[in-house]
Amino acid sequence: MTVNDVKEILGAQIVCGDEYLEKEVHTACGADMMSDVLAFVKDQSVLLTGLCNLQAIRTAEMMDIVCIVFIRGKKPDESMIALAKERGIVLLTTGHRMFSACGTLYEKGLRGGASY
Amino acid sequence: MNDQIQLTYHVSAADFTRAGEASSDVKSKLKQMGVSPEAVRKVAIAMYEGEINMVIHAEGGTIKVTITPTEIEIVLADKGPGIADIEQAMQAGFSTAPDNVRSLGFGAGMGLPNMKKYSDEMDIKTELRVGTTVTMKVNI
Repeated sequence: MTVNDVKEILGAQIVCGDEYLEKEVHTACGADMMSDVLAFVKDQSVLLTGLCNLQAIRTAEMMDIVCIVFIRGKKPDESMIALAKERGIVLLTTGHRMFSACGTLYEKGLRGGASY
Repeated sequence: MNDQIQLTYHVSAADFTRAGEASSDVKSKLKQMGVSPEAVRKVAIAMYEGEINMVIHAEGGTIKVTITPTEIEIVLADKGPGIADIEQAMQAGFSTAPDNVRSLGFGAGMGLPNMKKYSDEMDIKTELRVGTTVTMKVNI
């Protein structure tokens, strides 16, 4: 699916990265602890997280993650948006909680496959 | 590529939001040099975890990165409290990080295991109350 599909499925709002909405995403990962995200490399991945600070963006940057979805309506601040724009990462925010956000995407075919 | 390129970073622990800036800089430099995306990602993740560790446990430190045509060496040196039991620290899930660090998204006890996982070689030298030096190598 594409980033735009993720946005539609989760009824999410786009915070930044409109120009990348057509990017393909192949896998997803849901975590609030960034080292758990860093433990498994995935390609063209989406990160769903309740962690709303700069390290969520940094983690996505290191992992080449395409898009971050902030759950429970969390809104990234200006410094996070600036860094995400600089690194070409899409930021979305959804009112879903973690379990339902992950479950809804899974139901639509997105998987958590990991390599390494 | 030149035979050898050296980069030095001073990591401050004063501001947690800045942790990762050194790793980010290395990542973009390696990308520019045309290093393979896989090696770039391995270096970025291993160094980022190390950088975060320095900020959490050791009040910062110095990172030296040496890039040669065959490998990237990352040396993280701090004057922190040292690691009491390396074997225990290497276990996935073991952490001595304070709770406030967990609310920032770290302290899951995966830092050192992840560093080992993404580096082709890793060596830790540590002495209590003196400091820790972690050397990691990633083959290109």
